[in-house]
Amino acid sequence: MLKTFSKGGIHPPENKLTSTKKIKRLAPPKVVYVPIAQHIGIPAEIIVDRKDKVEIGQVIAKSGGFVSSNIHSPVAGTVTKLDMVIDSSGYKKQCIVIRTDVKNETNFQEVDYPLKKEIDLEPAEIVKRISDFGIVGLGGATFPSHVKLNIKEDKKMDCLIINGVECEPYLTADHRLMLEKGEEIIVGIKILMKALHVHKAVIGIEDNKHDAVELFKRLTADEKEIQVAALQVKYPQGGEKQLISAILGREVPKNGLPMDVGVVVNNVGTIFAIYEAIQHNKPLIERVVTVTGKKLDNPSNFWVKIGTPIKDLIEEVGGMPEGTRKIINGGPMMGKAIKNTDVPVTKGTSGILIVDEDEACRGEVKNCIRCGECVNVCPMGLEPHLLMNLSEKGMYEKAAQEDIMTCIECGSCSYVCPSNRPLLDYIRFGKNITKNLASSKN
Amino acid sequence: MDSPPIVISASPHVHSERTSKKIMYDVVIALVPAFLVSLYVFGFNALITTSIAIISCLLFEYLIQKYLMKTEVTITDGSALLTGLLLAFNVPAGLPIWMIIVGSLVAIGIAKLSFGGLGFNVFNPALVGRVFLLVCFPVQMTLWPMAVVNNTTIADAVSGATTLGIIKEGLQFGGTMTELSAKLPSSVDMLLGITGGSLGEMSAIALLLGGLYLMIRKVISWHIPVTVLLTMAIMTGIFWSIDPEHYANPLIHLLSGGAILGAFFMATDMVTSPMTKKGMVIFAIGIGAITVIIRLYGAYPEGISFAILIMNAFVPLINSYFKPRRFGSKIKAKIM
Repeated sequence: MLKTFSKGGIHPPENKLTSTKKIKRLAPPKVVYVPIAQHIGIPAEIIVDRKDKVEIGQVIAKSGGFVSSNIHSPVAGTVTKLDMVIDSSGYKKQCIVIRTDVKNETNFQEVDYPLKKEIDLEPAEIVKRISDFGIVGLGGATFPSHVKLNIKEDKKMDCLIINGVECEPYLTADHRLMLEKGEEIIVGIKILMKALHVHKAVIGIEDNKHDAVELFKRLTADEKEIQVAALQVKYPQGGEKQLISAILGREVPKNGLPMDVGVVVNNVGTIFAIYEAIQHNKPLIERVVTVTGKKLDNPSNFWVKIGTPIKDLIEEVGGMPEGTRKIINGGPMMGKAIKNTDVPVTKGTSGILIVDEDEACRGEVKNCIRCGECVNVCPMGLEPHLLMNLSEKGMYEKAAQEDIMTCIECGSCSYVCPSNRPLLDYIRFGKNITKNLASSKN
Repeated sequence: MDSPPIVISASPHVHSERTSKKIMYDVVIALVPAFLVSLYVFGFNALITTSIAIISCLLFEYLIQKYLMKTEVTITDGSALLTGLLLAFNVPAGLPIWMIIVGSLVAIGIAKLSFGGLGFNVFNPALVGRVFLLVCFPVQMTLWPMAVVNNTTIADAVSGATTLGIIKEGLQFGGTMTELSAKLPSSVDMLLGITGGSLGEMSAIALLLGGLYLMIRKVISWHIPVTVLLTMAIMTGIFWSIDPEHYANPLIHLLSGGAILGAFFMATDMVTSPMTKKGMVIFAIGIGAITVIIRLYGAYPEGISFAILIMNAFVPLINSYFKPRRFGSKIKAKIM
């Protein structure tokens, strides 16, 4: 029996249409729109001005604090504007607009570096480089990676977990990266183990990616300190807390962090970005994006420069299909629906999903029949039906007592509800108000 | 962009195939084998009783929602149909038609819609209807028709009384189980459904088949039915092993008096049963225990209807005491 997490979970149809498609590198876009808030925490501070010439990989916005990250220019070119542009949140955010210099050869250089195994840097230097080179969690949460590596004195780390689960339906960015950059990822793991002073690392991969499991088993055959864990296919196994539970059987305490159980979790994409930053001095200026959907001509995986407008990617896969009703930035379970295809790809964009009429619309909301399925599937052991009711009625203090703040917003409750109740919508709403109430009290 | 507007909504953007309507119709499908058995055993009467119950439940729901509550009419969601079907299963085949209509009115009007409709009722509507009829018309409600086929095995039985009825009456008049056993249908007949009883409680096999279907379709989990039956078996087993002459054996208890119908189809009603597995087990132990107490010491030979209704009342309390364990609330200090 393969391992999996302790509570709840669902099995949405996988729809991994692009798992056999090699990651294709796109030519740099003519114009990139680089938002300064691509990570969780304080937005970066712009340090370039209009008409400035920038080189590829040059810092264009400086980290605004500890929980923040540098932002680098994805192309060589000229800053044309510092503008407000709608990002995937639907709000206008400060952006640096750069026109790509088509004559500059660095924009078109082949960027596949040879594998480099020796790790020259010392742990402190590694953490500093990760911070300087703008590495954030690429699994979707975009938490600045160096913050996770600054372990408090009183905590003892014993295990690094590498998240290769990719439990979101449709997305295959991490899967392809694992298959194509396996050896680099192993080096990246060693870099992080060195930085964290741990002697154990486990790569968690769901068993629907059997080829990746086999590949990593082969690659780690001679590695005593790195293991591969094949996991049962179950959503939301890619959640940090669920993955730790699945692999080590440890539960991160309520309101706690992975470091409370001696673990640091990093996504495979992040590991690869760290490898490139440490071994090849390459800042985070591009990432793998899956562009997919049942009606697309040619759903694909791409290496995409940060700041590329989503419409460029949609053109690459054969254009927007007739009858498109929803465009999702991310996967179908946790992604954000967007209206405008001018939205740029950011560090957190793992996929673009194009959905037609059949899948786009929600069913009619009916009465709760108290079937308890939302309770069964909640991976955090919450009672979504109760939290929805409390939020709806404005009973936020009671909702806080019922642990509304521990909800990870995986959407399993709304997915299974036979009466199509908007459970997660109300829970999010309740969480926001509860959070504001708590901060206004302090 | 194309003509149809782009939809913006919060995640998740996909939904499972499961709908409340499908759940309701799955339960209806699960009841089909038992219904076929009752058609075979009671003939035309079973068809009449069932049709009247279903039609009047749907009609009352329609009329009350449309003209009294002035809300959306929800008769197509399958729940009123199911209430009608279950009510029919819980009354004797051939009950006077007007009584069935009264039962349906109580079930839909009082037990379901006056609480706010589907999802808000505290008590199982079909059982409220059944118990109302049982209390108001005890004679007609315990006048079990003779099986029309192969009734040789129960030829001696008092106008087709139920197994538990025979035992209760027999024991009250000083009989012993050994003396009574000649009058009882065999276990095989009880399994197949060739015995006296209400319309749908007859055939243990057909009901178990339906229950199995519901479990495979994940409409119900094993927790409630298995715990109810296990509790009954253990309790009656203890009494029987102490004094087999004055207490029926557990098998008789499980195969008669609607125990299986109640455990698989009535107690598992989602609206009126607890949300968590822990809660379900507590709820089911309560039903099993109360049923046995009523059967052994109460005035009614069957008792499971009352037991379910009593435990229905405890469901809100059970839900607030037996919550799911929160993830991370029990810290496993297993640092390697």
